[in-house]
Amino acid sequence: MKIAISTTGNTLDAAIDPRFGRAARFLIYDLDDKTFTLVENEQNLNAAQGAGIQAAKIIADNEAKAIISGQCGPKAFKILSAAGITIYPCDAGSVAEAIELYTAGALQPAKDATVEGHWV
Amino acid sequence: MKIAIASGKGGTGKTTLATALAQAAAQPVQLLDCDVEEPNAHIFVKPQWTNHKDATIAIPVLDTTRCTNCGKCGELCQFNAIVTIANQTMIFSDLCHSCGGCVLVCPEKALQEQPKTIGYIDTGHSGEITFIKGTLVIGEAMSPPVIRQVKKTAAADQLTIIDCPPGTSCPMMTAVNGSDFVLLVTEPTPFGLHDLKLAVETLRSMDIPFAVVVNRAGCGDDKVDHYCRNEQISLLLQIKDDRRVATAYSRGDGLLSALPELATQLRSLLTEIEKRINQAQGQTQGGGTQ
Repeated sequence: MKIAISTTGNTLDAAIDPRFGRAARFLIYDLDDKTFTLVENEQNLNAAQGAGIQAAKIIADNEAKAIISGQCGPKAFKILSAAGITIYPCDAGSVAEAIELYTAGALQPAKDATVEGHWV
Repeated sequence: MKIAIASGKGGTGKTTLATALAQAAAQPVQLLDCDVEEPNAHIFVKPQWTNHKDATIAIPVLDTTRCTNCGKCGELCQFNAIVTIANQTMIFSDLCHSCGGCVLVCPEKALQEQPKTIGYIDTGHSGEITFIKGTLVIGEAMSPPVIRQVKKTAAADQLTIIDCPPGTSCPMMTAVNGSDFVLLVTEPTPFGLHDLKLAVETLRSMDIPFAVVVNRAGCGDDKVDHYCRNEQISLLLQIKDDRRVATAYSRGDGLLSALPELATQLRSLLTEIEKRINQAQGQTQGGGTQ
């Protein structure tokens, strides 16, 4: 199973990006063989609107079943929920710590959007 | 003749000037309140309302029995208003700009446009003034479609004064677009000058002739005068800073109820603008007198 983590860096030691829709990139982590790939989010970082919508599409298209990020707005929440992707808000320092917390079952899934929608 | 009253900065006196110009015109005139996020010119015009209608935009509605979730609509949409994910297509109508592209690109004809009310257009009369007001519904984000519908409601061949929204972005540009002349209202303060410069830049890029009116003249410094002189921009009217105007305003009375003697100056201003429009049109037609 794959999970996605929003990150500002390129490695497991990198920091979690607290933004979801406008995250720098996503680290897609394969829990079975403990490998990862990076997916850039540059297009959404600069989008005028709907960044969360397209970021949610990236997560679904990469077949991740969970997303660990700082915040998640209402539109992204709606899409991710419809796609059966669980959202875990997390304020851990690094991607590796977040994965550890996830595998230990220490993260609580979000039941609703964690922040209001906003215009840029 | 269409004259737009605009500014960069908010609160400089656009509505004050627009309503006073309409009241001073002494001829049939249309006054359009295009500041649809906060229309307030009706407070000073006090019209008798005669018509109320919805302002709508077209948004796509999905027929799920036809949709195959091919995703072509979402690939086309530049506003992320439609997305296909995990065999579901979802529409976020508050992000839609009504371009209609998704309807055209759908191979299954599963999308149809339906009107969505985002505002209201009210028409009324007060003396020789035909007053048209646009109001954007609270929570809606896009005012330009409502502004366009206010302008469309007006008759084409009559003296028209447009009270514009502040700023220099899409709402302001939509309101001034198609005008023959723009009066930029500013105040003699650093904020007034800063935003005046932005408005001047905007109108120059749109190639619409304009001039400046200084409101509350005497309350600040003379940097607006210097700027206009350096940039060769006409400063057509200065309205003195006068407590009587503020007192009248606080009661919902306009500029002319406080300073009735301004009416003559405002009529001269209209004549001057008409002269300048005719000159500009003469030049673009390659004419001009010998």
